[in-house]
Amino acid sequence: MNVSFFVTCIADNALTNIGIQSIELLEKLACNVVFNPKQTCCGQPLANTGYHQKAKKSMRVLIDSLLEDECDYVVAPSGSCVLQVKEFLHFFRDEAEWAEKAALLAEKTYEITDFIVNVLKVTDVGASLNGRAAYHPSCHMSRLLGVKEPPILLLQHVKGLQLVPFKGQDKCCGFGGTFAVKMADLSGAMVAEKVQNIVDAGVDYVIGADGACLMNIEGRIKREGHNIRVYHIVEVLMMR
Amino acid sequence: MSIKTSDLSFKQRMRKNLNDSFMRQSIAAAQDLINEKRQQQFDELGDFEKWRELAADIRSHVLENLDFYLEEFVSNAEKAGATVRFARDAVEANAIAREIFCKKKATRAVKSKSMVTEEIGLNEALEEIGVQILETDLGEYLLQVDDKDKPSHIVIPALHKDRKRIRQVLADQLGYDGDDVPENMTKFVRGILRQAFLAADIAVTGCNFAVAATGTIALMTNEGNGRFVTTIPRTHIVFMGMERIVPSFKELDIMFSMLARSGVGARTSVYMSLITGPKASSDVDGPEELYIIIVDNGRSAVLASEFRDVLRCIRCGACMLECPAYRHVGGHAYGVLYPGPLGAALVPLLAGYKEYKDITKICSLCGACNDVCPVKIPLYETIYQHRRIIAEREKLTPFLEDAVFSVYGSIIGHSRLYRTATSMAHLGNMAPRIGPLKKWTKSREMPKIPKKRFRDWFADRENKKDEK
Repeated sequence: MNVSFFVTCIADNALTNIGIQSIELLEKLACNVVFNPKQTCCGQPLANTGYHQKAKKSMRVLIDSLLEDECDYVVAPSGSCVLQVKEFLHFFRDEAEWAEKAALLAEKTYEITDFIVNVLKVTDVGASLNGRAAYHPSCHMSRLLGVKEPPILLLQHVKGLQLVPFKGQDKCCGFGGTFAVKMADLSGAMVAEKVQNIVDAGVDYVIGADGACLMNIEGRIKREGHNIRVYHIVEVLMMR
Repeated sequence: MSIKTSDLSFKQRMRKNLNDSFMRQSIAAAQDLINEKRQQQFDELGDFEKWRELAADIRSHVLENLDFYLEEFVSNAEKAGATVRFARDAVEANAIAREIFCKKKATRAVKSKSMVTEEIGLNEALEEIGVQILETDLGEYLLQVDDKDKPSHIVIPALHKDRKRIRQVLADQLGYDGDDVPENMTKFVRGILRQAFLAADIAVTGCNFAVAATGTIALMTNEGNGRFVTTIPRTHIVFMGMERIVPSFKELDIMFSMLARSGVGARTSVYMSLITGPKASSDVDGPEELYIIIVDNGRSAVLASEFRDVLRCIRCGACMLECPAYRHVGGHAYGVLYPGPLGAALVPLLAGYKEYKDITKICSLCGACNDVCPVKIPLYETIYQHRRIIAEREKLTPFLEDAVFSVYGSIIGHSRLYRTATSMAHLGNMAPRIGPLKKWTKSREMPKIPKKRFRDWFADRENKKDEK
């Protein structure tokens, strides 16, 4: 199965291990993965702040680069970026040619856990990690994209891992893209509460499926100096 | 009061409320408690999704046929003996109210909780002509006696005050010397309010729903004050938001259930008053005259816009109780009568983007509000669209922000430029913590940007494969 990998700008440039482990994981699951280096960013920081026109240039670049290799699927390690890609067609309502391409891309794009569980039909990837983990279901991924079960199913099959529910589990971590800097103090208060609830749950790890939220949560955990490791789900799924 | 409730700047409001840990604790506790109760109530009702689809359909149907239903309502209300007036805006609505007060030579009014009267600033308009108007909803009363403090939630106006603060207000303003047990404080206030009900010339209420088929005003209250207000004074003035209509009692039943469960996590409200015309000759109690003032105040413009769905709102406040941003700043941070996600969606429509653009920023676009709205208002999508209109149509964003985003858009809009820029991103590790970095690092650490990007790793690997 041919998969075009959409790395997302955060995993391309900051949390690079998410990208690396995603490739290894998909290859382990017998996918033939290509990465088109022309890809940039989904433009979400611009669009969410209101600058739709400014964001469209990057959408066109992304659409062309992800469709170029004519793979069966496009897979990304972020529910939020996948949501944005699936929304592209609304931005091109008045440009038939682009709307058509955007619709095609939307149809074949999957968040990575959704892809593994619902397309590859795999729930046990043979991973193991000992300890207690809090899973943070990112808002865009769980609420708006609707991918709730797949990451849980995959984590339930990780040997030695105990998933621990915690207070306010499904609440926003306060990232929200440019919200985290435009409303930095409010965002800071939100992530402080999220981290407090995670600490209260007495876990060894926080696991999520969206690099941006994890960057936010990890940043706060480090600031407070807790001994809790933060992992993207693909990193956990590659542990043996 | 009017839609605007604060003269502080946006930054001042945010700072003040974020620093009020007392208030934040009150709000968080109330959110947790009521949200749990709401969940229980909807679990009991059955399939929440189906119920709210039904409720949304009812509201949408009414909005699509509002002219028809308004006409039907007015005709039936008049048949029942009510006098109905239309007010285009706050000024007209207040003028009609003043006219009635002058005609009746009334100086004392009692009011049960009503958002639309706050929206038009009725209290101030009446006080200007020497009318003493008393809030009789316990929460609203506490705010009124506390130097006209502002509500921070539309159903639970004094949500930002806990029992200790409330005791202090009663002690300072009214000489209360009891403890802070809610029942005791309520008993004390009841003594005062009973006298006011008996002495009032005119009653003022809002309207939760207006039943078109019968011309009935439906009021939901929890304290019995609504019943007193609508029973004792000889004149009753109802202020009704133009979109409050339900076709018949069948739909009222559904909306009533959704409102009570969503608003306070209760199966029903404690009281429901159904008022059809003034008292009949056979009735013992009730007003001799009933006026219904139907207020537009920006609603017909919303009705004609792409944001019509926002008018489905039944003012339950569930979106506020679910909102993680509201949780940390409280209602006062918005500086408007309607806070939270509903406020961010509705207020710019009713009162303009220019003055109210900032409240759309108090949102991390998490979408939690959408999940609890009992009439399925696309709150997330509305706030998202408002941001676009503010930036692109109204051009109200700061010049610097626009410029920075232009540069950013150009970089991610060109593959080669992006590759060059990101190859240097690791240099940012050494950058001084100013601007956005400073804001981020105030509460958390920055991740270290590695020199080797993912794409470099991938290219290296491909090269090695080729060598083999």
